[in-house]
Amino acid sequence: MKRLLLWLPLGAFVVFFGILALGLYAPDDRTHPSKLIGKPMPTFNLPPAASGRPGLTSADLRGQPRLVNVFASWCVPCATEAPVLGMIAQQGVIVDGIAIRDRPQDLAGFLTRHGNPFRAIGDDPASQVQIALGSSGVPETFVVDGAGMIRYQHIGPIGPGDVDTILAKLGAAR
Amino acid sequence: MIAEAGLAALWLAAALALLQFALACLGLNDERTQLRHGVRAVAVVQGLFVALAFALLVICFLRSDMSVQLVVTNSHSAKPWLYKLAGTWGNHEGSMLLWVTILGAAGGLVALLERRVVERTLTATLGAQALISFGFYAFLLFASNPFARAFPVPEDGQGLNPLLQDPGLAFHPPTLYIGYVGMSVAFSFAVGALVTRDVGRDFARAMRPWVLGAWIFLTLGITAGSYWAYYELGWGGWWFWDPVENASLMPWLAATALLHSVTVLATRDGLRAWTIMLAVVAFSMSMIGTFLVRSGILTSVHAFAVDPERGSFILALLALYIGGALALFAIRISTVKEGTQFDLVSREGALVANNLLLSAILGIVFVGTLYPLFAEAVSGDKLSVGPPYFNATAGPLTLALVIVMALGPVSRWRRDELRAVVGRVAIPVLLSAAALLAMVVFAPRIHILSFLGIVLAVGVGAASLAPLWGRNLRRTPMITYGMVLAHFGVAVSLAGMATESAFIKETLVASQMGETHTVGPYKITLKSIEPVAGPNWTALEAELVAQRGDNTPFTLRPQSRMFSNPPTETNEAAIATRLDGQLYLVLGKPDGQGRWQLRLWWKPMVTLIWLGGALIALGGLLSLIGRSLRERGQSLRKAYG
Repeated sequence: MKRLLLWLPLGAFVVFFGILALGLYAPDDRTHPSKLIGKPMPTFNLPPAASGRPGLTSADLRGQPRLVNVFASWCVPCATEAPVLGMIAQQGVIVDGIAIRDRPQDLAGFLTRHGNPFRAIGDDPASQVQIALGSSGVPETFVVDGAGMIRYQHIGPIGPGDVDTILAKLGAAR
Repeated sequence: MIAEAGLAALWLAAALALLQFALACLGLNDERTQLRHGVRAVAVVQGLFVALAFALLVICFLRSDMSVQLVVTNSHSAKPWLYKLAGTWGNHEGSMLLWVTILGAAGGLVALLERRVVERTLTATLGAQALISFGFYAFLLFASNPFARAFPVPEDGQGLNPLLQDPGLAFHPPTLYIGYVGMSVAFSFAVGALVTRDVGRDFARAMRPWVLGAWIFLTLGITAGSYWAYYELGWGGWWFWDPVENASLMPWLAATALLHSVTVLATRDGLRAWTIMLAVVAFSMSMIGTFLVRSGILTSVHAFAVDPERGSFILALLALYIGGALALFAIRISTVKEGTQFDLVSREGALVANNLLLSAILGIVFVGTLYPLFAEAVSGDKLSVGPPYFNATAGPLTLALVIVMALGPVSRWRRDELRAVVGRVAIPVLLSAAALLAMVVFAPRIHILSFLGIVLAVGVGAASLAPLWGRNLRRTPMITYGMVLAHFGVAVSLAGMATESAFIKETLVASQMGETHTVGPYKITLKSIEPVAGPNWTALEAELVAQRGDNTPFTLRPQSRMFSNPPTETNEAAIATRLDGQLYLVLGKPDGQGRWQLRLWWKPMVTLIWLGGALIALGGLLSLIGRSLRERGQSLRKAYG
């Protein structure tokens, strides 16, 4: 019994050490997933943000599964993401955009430089819809199914390596 | 060239540490006296080389040598020289080099000065110290080279976090590090004593000054850190239970327990296993503190090295040292004879109670600091443990601890009568009762912890002076004065904490020019807000006139500072110190309609918190000086009969 007691500190340390190692090797996840996954899109009605594209209302998000991309012209990762979204759109996927705290002339410049994969772009100058969606940063992308339900959330830019996952989630939302 | 020389010195120091470890292992086996002398010599030279490496890095920073990557990222040629100097350790690589420098220097000092323990134990101790140093050298050389070159050489550096541009903070890390690393010596002594099965009074006497010295620096570091957070962050608080604050509090708690148990071992030859255990725990806490802060595992403003690779390196070192020491403890401690026995009611008994309470507080802080990490690892939930948990759990234990603190010094060694002990603190108990009565009459509605804190502070303050009663004050040893002063400091700090929490006044207003607001006994008028410029910042400065009753009004100028490189805003609170407290004013943001946010605090007796901290450290210093004088006297008497 007493001998066992002597090994107790070492045992306690091993447990503590395991926790530290877990904490260290767990992926550093500082993202905040939306609580709306599996729930319907919140109701909103955004005016057009760019000429040549309609605005976006929650009623539009019916019929076909699609991507809703939260972005902004002032967001550097969004610029790297834009061509990838273009590739996805070329495969027949509908991509709708919500421009966060943007100015029309900046947004127009962004779409000219980096391409315009969007069917519609809603203007969200005060981030209200973004907050309602449970999105905490740009860019973020939601997979919405034909019934207007949010099925998947991608936090951060979509890189070429993420395309397959996104397409699979869209396929599953059909 | 300087950077290369520094790197070379670091490699040499690492090689010497390995040599020192090898010589120590060989020197243990036989009666190889020569080898043991060799270990001492190598330890001194190793200390010199690592100090040289650090000095060369300091020169790189002072000369703003932008061909060194570390200088580029953490300094700027326009900085005042003091912050160039502080830039040396205000970053990951430099602070690790400082850490290992103190480690090496401490090993060298042990080799030079230590005469009390048997030579075999000292050799084992220096071997353990060399192994610790070697691990950290390897870490620097393979994962965190502070002398790495920048290519291409940029025109100027990228500056240093302006929050860290403060004289208080420039010397905060070195102070804490000396404390942390001083614990490494206690740890090495414990390992050495376990290796040679020599856990006795000589060992305790050899270890004690190191524990005491490290503890003084930890106390100073924590006190200074608390005051820095208080006046620099502009949040008006003095302890936030931030993981980084806890990282320095935990080794302090362990060191305080160790300091008391090593005294029992040195004086009465008791608490052998417990002292060894605490020495291991104290250094473990120092390393865990460093690890938590440096790995970025706990997110905090202080965690400036978010890097899993470095984290795993330190984690491996941690496993090796702490795990190794604990295994050695489990294997060896049963072969160490039990020390002298004692009664429950005795000085030893009080010190055991002190140790248990300190360990319990340590456990609480440890769990509270690590629990969020644990919860996230197990369930993926993100949560935080805040002041409510810590105050509710550590608060009552701290109050129990100060009661024990009042009783311990008036108890006799080995055995005593409870009634006699209580009789010796009759006057403090009466004073506490008077304070209790006064509080019930004048301030019955304050929080129970603050209430008890004030009542106990009065009693403990008086009781801590009790060892001086009826003594010839001129013949009282300096060690006794040290203990009295340190314990009195605890009472002073406690009084400050409790009074401030109980009677703090806060006023938050959006103020127009010329408006007057009340906070505590003061009337504060906003006169103007003007832009001002400093050496590397610009600021908006408010002119606030404060008046207490009919006294002469005086002006305070809080600032909201903007640093351009990198762009950062800081708040410079304006603080007026009076005998009964501090007025603490912070300038906030404009609301766009001509009004400015102002945060006004009146904090009664708040300065006692840090005054107490300083008294505790000063008490430690008196003990340290008193002991070395006494030992010198004893060895002189021995030599000349």
